[in-house]
Amino acid sequence: MTEEPWLDQANNTPLVQIRGVSKKFGDVTAVDNVDLDIYQGELFCLLGGSGCGKTTLLRMLAGFEFPNSGSISIGGQDMSTVPAYERPTNMMFQSYALFPHMSVERNIAFGLQQDRMPKGEIADRVHEILKLVELQDFKKRKPQQLSGGQRQRVALARALVKEPRLLLLDEPLAALDKKLRKQTQFELANIQEQVGVTFIVVTHDQEEAMTLSTRMAVMDAGRFQQIGTPTEIYEFPQSRFVADFIGSANILQGRVTEDSADHVRVDTELGEIYIDHGQQVSTGSQIWVGLRPEKITVSKSAPETPGPNQCKGVVDDIGYLGEVSIYKIRLDSGTIIDATAPNRIRPMSRTHAITWEDEVYLSWEPSSPMLLNT
Amino acid sequence: MTDIAPSGSRPQRSPLDRLSHWFQTNWRKIVIAVPFFWLLLFFLAPFFIVAKISLAELRISSPPFTEMIEWTGDGVMTIRLVFDNFIFIMEDSLYVNTYLNSLKISVTSTLICLLFGYPIAYGIVRSGPVAKPVLLFLVILPFWTSFLLRVYAWMGLLSDQGTINNLLIYIGLIDEPIRMLYTEFAVYIGIVYTYLPFMILPLYANMERLDMSLNEAAADLGSKPMNTFFRVTLPLTIPGIVAGSLLVFIPATGEYVIPDLLGGGNVQMIGRVLFNEFSLNTDWPVACAVAVVLLFLLVLPIILFQYFQGKAAEAP
Ligand SMILES: Nc1ncnc2c1ncn2[C@@H]1O[C@H](COP(=O)(O)OP(=O)(O)O)[C@@H](O)[C@H]1O
Ligand SMILES: [Mg+2]
Repeated sequence: MTEEPWLDQANNTPLVQIRGVSKKFGDVTAVDNVDLDIYQGELFCLLGGSGCGKTTLLRMLAGFEFPNSGSISIGGQDMSTVPAYERPTNMMFQSYALFPHMSVERNIAFGLQQDRMPKGEIADRVHEILKLVELQDFKKRKPQQLSGGQRQRVALARALVKEPRLLLLDEPLAALDKKLRKQTQFELANIQEQVGVTFIVVTHDQEEAMTLSTRMAVMDAGRFQQIGTPTEIYEFPQSRFVADFIGSANILQGRVTEDSADHVRVDTELGEIYIDHGQQVSTGSQIWVGLRPEKITVSKSAPETPGPNQCKGVVDDIGYLGEVSIYKIRLDSGTIIDATAPNRIRPMSRTHAITWEDEVYLSWEPSSPMLLNT
Repeated sequence: MTDIAPSGSRPQRSPLDRLSHWFQTNWRKIVIAVPFFWLLLFFLAPFFIVAKISLAELRISSPPFTEMIEWTGDGVMTIRLVFDNFIFIMEDSLYVNTYLNSLKISVTSTLICLLFGYPIAYGIVRSGPVAKPVLLFLVILPFWTSFLLRVYAWMGLLSDQGTINNLLIYIGLIDEPIRMLYTEFAVYIGIVYTYLPFMILPLYANMERLDMSLNEAAADLGSKPMNTFFRVTLPLTIPGIVAGSLLVFIPATGEYVIPDLLGGGNVQMIGRVLFNEFSLNTDWPVACAVAVVLLFLLVLPIILFQYFQGKAAEAP
């Protein structure tokens, strides 16, 4: 199998095929005409704000909701008439949904018992998975007697132990505190790599999606805004929504003044922006340009040669975050541009540092600006 | 160490402050004390009075029993405890059979209530946001009319010339009226009808708190709906089943009005015997002994249940 099966569609059939799926609850369209292919071995993240339809899409894959239109197939089999208990999927619920009257061990064994697996084999499988999630010492406990992090691992173990073709995880880390969440993100990715099961993870945390996923889909109002690898999504967002939702971006309206095969020029409030790669735009059209704060250099000295991709402003505010500082630069027009810079030098004396009301020059590489069509 | 203020410099506190402080530190005790005194006054005290009378002897006087403690002339105190009443009850097969019959009727009624109440409660919990309050209201609606009136209504429905018999004869299903009133059947109808809400409401309260995602989790792990019911829903609703069953079983065992009105003289239940001893025979000591035995019959299963539940909770 290739590392990036989605690039080689001729030789790879997707494990999950979602075609034109919509789901309505009364007047609310929770999922709106969605298409998606997910390949064996992927760790795919569905990322979006609260209420955008992530859980609904996941529940349709699990078989708890059925689409109003469109089709879902898993492993080449159409799922439209397959009930949840016959699907080759397992789900880790946001609330974990552990059985409160069963011990950890019995929670995990529950799924295997449904397959009428021999007792000895069940015991072996439960033992294995408990080792994987490091809960051997807690197998006799009831869920109420565990910490949040331990419960989370029981839920994961219970879903994984059946070795499903597809594991669905609804906000698997949302209930953990920040430190534990970071640590568990990597654990989750490691476990996925070890077991080789395809994961679909729902999250509203963009950092989590970036850390975990092979590919991700950014969702808004029931639709996919963009699907791609974390790098693609971050560096090449296609819309203002995605540029703004993932990380932060200064977004400026502009007009295309030149459009050629290997560069584009756009006229904006920041002066002329020169982009050193071709884009699908036409000269004279209105467009938006996104510029990430960390890709802007702030300097007190003027650039040697005048040209595109530079402008002047005044420091309006500085936010000191420890590892970086955010500079709010006010342009002549009054617009505020964000720029971040790492604090590489410990500012014992602030004489050389940039400070409030300083006149500064902004500049950026011609590869940095992101053209956004919508 | 930092300086510690000398204890003398403590600010003076007003009586109101002290009172509120006292409440804050003792509120737990106060909260427990209220029901505690309530029970003491209205349950434990009457029970001891009844227990005391049950150990007395019948006497034609007012009140119609002997005193437990008597003072004879020279300041000598005599305590008379008479166990004859209990021996009398235990030896007379009428009482023993009536107790057994009461238990049979109340246990059976409880099971029937459970059989009907469980699916009803489950249906209410699963119903939509519009239907739910309406259904709940319907469950408690009968309480709006007098209990006695409703039992009389059943007499009208069940009697030989009653609505049901007339209807069945009218549509030609039967020629002769079926005897329903003054049978055990009528008593079952009355008890199940009266106590069904007491089964439904605790079950509803229990099921309402059930996390429906547990059912989905079970389905997700490959469990079919029937299996999910027996392995997930049923075990988690045991507290509701126990609460509802006790609420039906306890009053049904001592039920007086229903067997009297719907069972006539044909259905012996301990409530009727108790009433007869008390008001017809004015044999208060025997009546009280009957009540004490009944109390132990009812309390025993609860104590046993709590004992076993405690054991189950201790087990790992
Ligand atoms: N069972 C349901 N009944 C009615 N509306 C629902 C139901 N489930 C979800 N919705 C609605 O669908 C939309 C998407 O919900 P959901 O998929 O849970 O979003 P997310 O998981 O992204 O936060 C929301 O507007 C929500 O209110
Ligand atoms: Mg959700």
